[in-house]
Amino acid sequence: MKKIPVHLIVIAVAILLALPSCKPKNAGNAVSSDAAEKTYVAPGKYDQFYNFVSGGFSGQMSVYGLPSGRLLRVVPIFSVNPESGYGYSEETKPMLNTSHGFVPWDDQHHTELSQTNGEIDGRWIFANANNTPRVARVDLSTFRTTEIIELPNSAGNHSSPFITENTEYVVAGTRFSVPPDDKNGDVPINTYKQNFKGTISFISVGKEDGKMDIAFQIQCPGVNFDLSHAGKGKSHGWFFFSCYNTEQANTLLEVNASQKDKDFIMAVNWKKAEEYLKAGKGRKQAVKYAHNVYDEKTHSATSEIRTEVTVLDSKELKDICYFMPCPKSPHGCDVDPTGEYIVGSGKLAALIPVFSFDKMIKAIAAKDFIGDYDGIPVIKYESALYGEVQKPGLGPLHTEFDGKGNAYTTFFVSSEVVKWNIKDLKVLDRVPTYYSVGHLCIPGGDSKKPDAKYLIAYNKITKDRYLPTGPELAQSAQLYDISGDKMQLILDFPTIGEPHYAQAVSADLIKGKSVKFYKIGENTNPFVSKGEGETKVVRTGNRVDVYMTCIRSHFSPDNIEGIKMGDDVYFHVTNLEQDWDVPHGFAIKGANTAELLIMPGETQTLKWPAEKVGMFPFYCTDFCSALHQEMQGYIRVSPAGSNVPLLFSTGKNLPAVDTATKK
Amino acid sequence: MQKTRLQKWIRLMLLLCSGALVVVLFVPMWRIDLAAPQYPEGLMLMIYPNHIGGNVDIINGLNHYIGMKTLHSDDFMEFTVLPYIIAAFAALFLLVAAVGRKKLLNILFVLFVSFGILAMYDFWRWEYNYGHNLNPDAAIIVPGMAYQPPLIGYKQLLNFGAYSMPDIGGWIFVSVGVILFLCVIAAWRHSKKNK
Repeated sequence: MKKIPVHLIVIAVAILLALPSCKPKNAGNAVSSDAAEKTYVAPGKYDQFYNFVSGGFSGQMSVYGLPSGRLLRVVPIFSVNPESGYGYSEETKPMLNTSHGFVPWDDQHHTELSQTNGEIDGRWIFANANNTPRVARVDLSTFRTTEIIELPNSAGNHSSPFITENTEYVVAGTRFSVPPDDKNGDVPINTYKQNFKGTISFISVGKEDGKMDIAFQIQCPGVNFDLSHAGKGKSHGWFFFSCYNTEQANTLLEVNASQKDKDFIMAVNWKKAEEYLKAGKGRKQAVKYAHNVYDEKTHSATSEIRTEVTVLDSKELKDICYFMPCPKSPHGCDVDPTGEYIVGSGKLAALIPVFSFDKMIKAIAAKDFIGDYDGIPVIKYESALYGEVQKPGLGPLHTEFDGKGNAYTTFFVSSEVVKWNIKDLKVLDRVPTYYSVGHLCIPGGDSKKPDAKYLIAYNKITKDRYLPTGPELAQSAQLYDISGDKMQLILDFPTIGEPHYAQAVSADLIKGKSVKFYKIGENTNPFVSKGEGETKVVRTGNRVDVYMTCIRSHFSPDNIEGIKMGDDVYFHVTNLEQDWDVPHGFAIKGANTAELLIMPGETQTLKWPAEKVGMFPFYCTDFCSALHQEMQGYIRVSPAGSNVPLLFSTGKNLPAVDTATKK
Repeated sequence: MQKTRLQKWIRLMLLLCSGALVVVLFVPMWRIDLAAPQYPEGLMLMIYPNHIGGNVDIINGLNHYIGMKTLHSDDFMEFTVLPYIIAAFAALFLLVAAVGRKKLLNILFVLFVSFGILAMYDFWRWEYNYGHNLNPDAAIIVPGMAYQPPLIGYKQLLNFGAYSMPDIGGWIFVSVGVILFLCVIAAWRHSKKNK
């Protein structure tokens, strides 16, 4: 018998053992060794950046600190929030009013910080509602939604709320083209080509107060408007919208809207549109849309239904809109910090086209058109094109910039972020995302002045990234250090809702102006009680108004009798505290709405129909003090027609105990 | 004559002190800093010649737990008298500087020091009363616990650390006293030398 060579066995075993290392690398390998040090923010220390992340189907906006990834707050915008009473309290209900009535939910996709001279100024952040088309403004001194405006002639406000460089306008656009609001919408769906129109809206923003108003709308061909970004610097005065479904399909868009080799980026000369508007070229159209404003002094919102909008027709007014062909159903439409380069991201394209603003202007001047699309001139692709990034990845979606001549594009299909140079269009670096990245964000990455220390990728799929939580999983954000040549993954964290676009800004711009509490002396809510001496209970027919105060650690009044079945009781609760971080909650048994969370100096009202005879306790839900558990009261509901007198008190018995027991 | 007249520089110093006392009318004299885990930013109580300043409302809100009376400037008779006394001292300093008599200087010194001692005693008395006269129905009653803040220096009162110190006005007052004392000594030595 031959001797088996031992050394051969050793080699064979060694090869077998080494094989697993040939498997593709996983995330564990992708994290750099100093990641913990780079993202560690010690307890009690502040993060360097605020990150305002859209909540997608949650309808809210979340605020994270970077680089720690700590969730600081969820700001309710388009969805009711029972934990604070937003959308339930009498004061906040009007915020969610629309021409369709009260809409308690929406799909919040993009956020955009206000800018001055193309730089983030930290005053407000705008948010879009994708389902029932609306734009909201959130005040960054209170982190509260202060205004919401609805958009007529629209459906699926996706290409929003992007702004011009001095926040002159915030735009909105239709993802779904629909028949205009003043036309009969009851038409066969297959008459899309004749009856459906795309509308984009320019909402003016008050320079000082931020108040929004639809300045004008532009009626466009019926296509799907997707995303947009304003020109800046030299291209200030122009706005760029990506659009797909130029096939004008109304069914099975997955196939039917993917037929053409190129769709468009629409360039809008909004300065020209302003001129036409001034010259009276707009058509006044009868519509209905809601405009809701929250007043910080009355602590109440008002909703007004407006009935007219001015529409400019892109077909008639020739030199407002131009189409630039863009490969394969473009999604992202991003303008670099200089305003010269416009990056289109064809979802199904194998390259990234970069357009030149200067070339586009020249082509328009030279009428270098290949024809028109529904009356709008189509510029020759090559005439507006600066160049193409070849083989960047699969499924490009969105691009942000670092202000150092580089662009960063996300790729949904190949699940990666790719860094490339704008000038020579060469790919410089690529990093994987976990998994299927949608939007990305660099602080100031869509402004004139990016603060490019980090890049955050917002992912759609998390699968094995976190401890499993059943079929429903969180989505995620991934943080990359982009201060060096190579992008480094340093952190990932789960998010609320589904994050789409986000904004980030240096905390220094915002943290100093945060309001600590509302001054009780400035509270002009009609139902305020500015002290316990002003508390009372007033009956007007079936309506009972309870003027109530709360302060550590009691409500006043905390004993209420004489309520009868069928009454509508309004608890107007004023928080008398005048110190930071002392909210009080108000919850009452059987409330089929929500609780109230009342900030110091604020008044909020909960409507509570008395529907059952009996004793109903109410209490404070926010652990306010050592005696928080003592902060409670009772309301007694008697049968309709009973003769129990209306009584209210704190700290003493009304009626006195002995007379009550005699009865 | 020489020995009863004050030197020029002493009279100048007295003039200066008179001016300094006018300043005292407008600045806080004393402060009590409070710190607790829930108040990392700190709370403070500032005592001016005519009112209490600082986070009075917040402190009153907290004091109700232990049954301490709430603080109100109107409750203190001192705030109506104190500005006049200080103004009177400013006038007296001016007078002594003008007249320039050693005897008057000595009287002024005795008056000023007496006033200082009296004022501190009064301050202590208020602190004692507030710290000890507690509402028996208070939510928090710790047997044997009183909440008298320190006259000067640091003391722990439940979750609050209280630190009591003169503020600008107090320091000016103390400095005026020291200067006055030095003037008295200098005048005394001067008169001894010229005997």
